[in-house]
Order: sequence, then C-alpha cells, then structure tokens
Amino acid sequence: MNTGLASEIAQLTLEHLTLVLISMAIAMGVAVPAGILIARRLAWRPWVLGFANVMQTIPSLALFGFLIPVPLIGGIGKRTAIVALVLYALLPILRNTLVGILGVDPAVRESAVAMGMTGRQLLWRVELPLAARTILAGIRVATVTTIGTATIAAAIGGGGLGVFIFRGIASVDSAQILAGAVPAACIALAADGALGWVERRWTAG
Amino acid sequence: MSAVVEFRAASYRIGAREILKSLTLSIEAGETLVLLGRSGSGKTTALKMVNGLLFPSAGEVLVDGTPTRRWDPVRLKRRIGYVIQEIGLFPHYTVAENVGLVPQLEHWEAPRIRSRVEALLRQVGLDPEQFGARYPAQLSGGQRQRVGVARALAADPSVLLFDEPFGAVDPVTRLDLQKQFLALRQELGKTAIFVTHDVREALMLATRIALLCDGALELVAAPRQFLDARGNEACAFLECLDWKADRP
Repeated sequence: MNTGLASEIAQLTLEHLTLVLISMAIAMGVAVPAGILIARRLAWRPWVLGFANVMQTIPSLALFGFLIPVPLIGGIGKRTAIVALVLYALLPILRNTLVGILGVDPAVRESAVAMGMTGRQLLWRVELPLAARTILAGIRVATVTTIGTATIAAAIGGGGLGVFIFRGIASVDSAQILAGAVPAACIALAADGALGWVERRWTAG
Repeated sequence: MSAVVEFRAASYRIGAREILKSLTLSIEAGETLVLLGRSGSGKTTALKMVNGLLFPSAGEVLVDGTPTRRWDPVRLKRRIGYVIQEIGLFPHYTVAENVGLVPQLEHWEAPRIRSRVEALLRQVGLDPEQFGARYPAQLSGGQRQRVGVARALAADPSVLLFDEPFGAVDPVTRLDLQKQFLALRQELGKTAIFVTHDVREALMLATRIALLCDGALELVAAPRQFLDARGNEACAFLECLDWKADRP
C-alpha cells in the first residue's frame, strides 16, 4: 500500500511537471513575442493586454470548465488543461515583457538608433538584455502560479497531483489531499528558488 | 570648401506648431557650427534632422550632397557621430564594448576594434587599462561623457553632432571637457554641429554661431562678430555675459 502510494505520487508528480513545463514553454513562446510586439505597437496594446487580463480574472476552475465544450482545443484531458494553464500564465509574462522593454532608458534607445542599429539589433543587443531581469521575474511568477493552478487540471481529466486532492476531497481523506498538496508546494518552492537564482545571476552580469 | 551638411528651407512641424521655420544654413568641412538658442528654440530638432532621427516636414537637409531622405537610414547614422547630454551609454556593456560598438556593427575584425578603442580612450584622456573593462555605472559623469565622445568618434564619422553634451556636469569638469573638445578638434579637424544654450560655451567652441529664436534663424556670425551683434535675441544672450562682468 505504502509503496503503491509512493509510486503513484512519483507518477503524478511527473505528470504534473510535464503539464507545467509544456504550458510554460507555450506561454513564454506566445507572451514574450506578444509583449515585444505591443511594446512597439501602441494600438494593439489595450486589446492584447485586455485579453490576457480577462483570462486572468476568470476563476481557474471556471476557465477549465469553459474550455470543455470548445472544439479543437477543448474536451476532456491534458490538452484542454494545457490550454487553460497557458491562458492563465500569459498575463504576468506579457506585462513584464512590456514593462521591461518600455523601461529601457530613452537616452539609451535613442543613442542605439543614432548609432545606426537596425530594429533587430536594437531588440537583441539592447532592449532584451536590459529587460531580461524583468521578463524573468514575470516568468517566475507565472511558473509558480501555474504549478498551483495545474492541480485543478485533474478536475477535467488532465491528471497531475490534483488527482490526489480531488480524490481526497471526495473521500474526506486529508492524507490524500496532502499527498497532492505537499509535492505541489515543494515543486513550486523549488521552481521559485531556481528561477530566483537565474534572475540574480542576470543581475550580476 | 564644400558644404558637408546643408539645410535648405528645412521646416519641422508637429500638428499646427512650427518648431523649425524654413532653416537655410550650410556647414563647411572642418568647422564647428554652434546652434545657440533657448529651450524650445528648435536647435535639437535641427540637429536630429542631420542624422535622420527626424525628417523635415518641408524643405530638405543634405549630407554630403544627398538629401537625408534618400540616404539609407542605417548608413547615414553610422557615418555621423552623436553625443547627447544623457550620453546613453549601454549599461550592460563595458566601456570598451560601448566604444567599439559601431566598429563591431560595421564588422571590423576584433584586433582592429581593440586597437581603435584603446587609441580613442587615450584620445579622450582615459587610460584604457584602467577604464576599458569598467561598466558605465562605475564612472563619474565627466568620465562617462568622455566615453560618449570616444564612442561617437569610433567609426571615424565625417560629421559629429553634439546635443548639449556637457550640460549635466559640474562647471570645472565642464571646462575640462570643453578644452578636450578644442584639443580634439585641433587634432582631428572633424566637422561638428554643437547645440547649446550656454553663450559662453558657444563663444569658446564655435567657429560660427547660428542663433535660433522660436524656430527661426536670427543670425549667423563668427564668435568675434557675435559679440557686436544687434537684435533682441543676440542681446539677450550677450546680457548673460555682461551681467556677470558688471558685478562688483
């Protein structure tokens, strides 16, 4: 029984990590470029930020529920869970990317342009390196939140450590709830520490 | 002598506001033209038209005989050195990387960049051994401005633009930098356009002074003639000198 629980914890932890990693990879892939884009196009900014904002305000359980009937991305299972987690993680990354880029000293940007940097050089050599710390801070927040939110994925058959939690709630079994909650909290702490370390490394450079 | 930079009835307008009114002016090779004027007189706007940070709403600005609009914007900017009051050094690059940036963008080879950077730092009075590896945050205001000048000189530009470069440093450092400027001019013979609101600085550095008032060119004169100039705006600026001299 005990070894059975241990192996289930290991398996669900792995599932949980997979959910988080895939979701974060997609969220970063979408939100960082989108943040760069809206830093340059003022007209798009309210729409893109508004979308991410609205996603964030929907209670997470409801967001998972809303997605079930949606064709292509919806249904029951991991895919739907990943879509919901991505939508949830967008805002902090998007906002921090925008703030980071807009926070670059105008004099620095002006001299970069005046020195004949192309738009691409300005982005890669000046804006992104100077915004990196802020962007990373956004990724850190999004990651920690996603690790917690991913427990709800179990509600729509997405698996992960939430399976324990929902089972524990249904059977009023605190041990089961802890079996899900404690590993999830540990992952969150570890991720926060690791990303914090990366952030500080960036500061030093 | 040929005009390196030529303003031909160049105007700049934002909405209904005319910031620069039909400026016609040519800058000859090797001279230092100082654009003198109060805040909001249009002098910075005029300067930014030279390297294509701004384009005239009417008229044109020619660099080496070609209108700025017809220049490849990147090529034009790399030919022209630009120094601003805020300096705008890249905080994540070392002094040497800052100075070597344009040569690097121009794909110079590493050893050539290194020797160029060393020579430039020495030229502006900074020891490359001591300062090359530092970051801008580790420099004083005056040192930063020296790096800014070295960076603008890096790819041997044909024209240098200065936008109140020494405005934010203390008066003693300022005088140091001004002397350095004169020494560099002696040594390099570069064409320069220098924006300032400080009449003393204008008289000290200029070969010619162009006085701007409310976007219009009031007069162009050599410093010696400027001292005898009539006209309200010129007198207003000259009064800044007299007032000091008349004090007991």
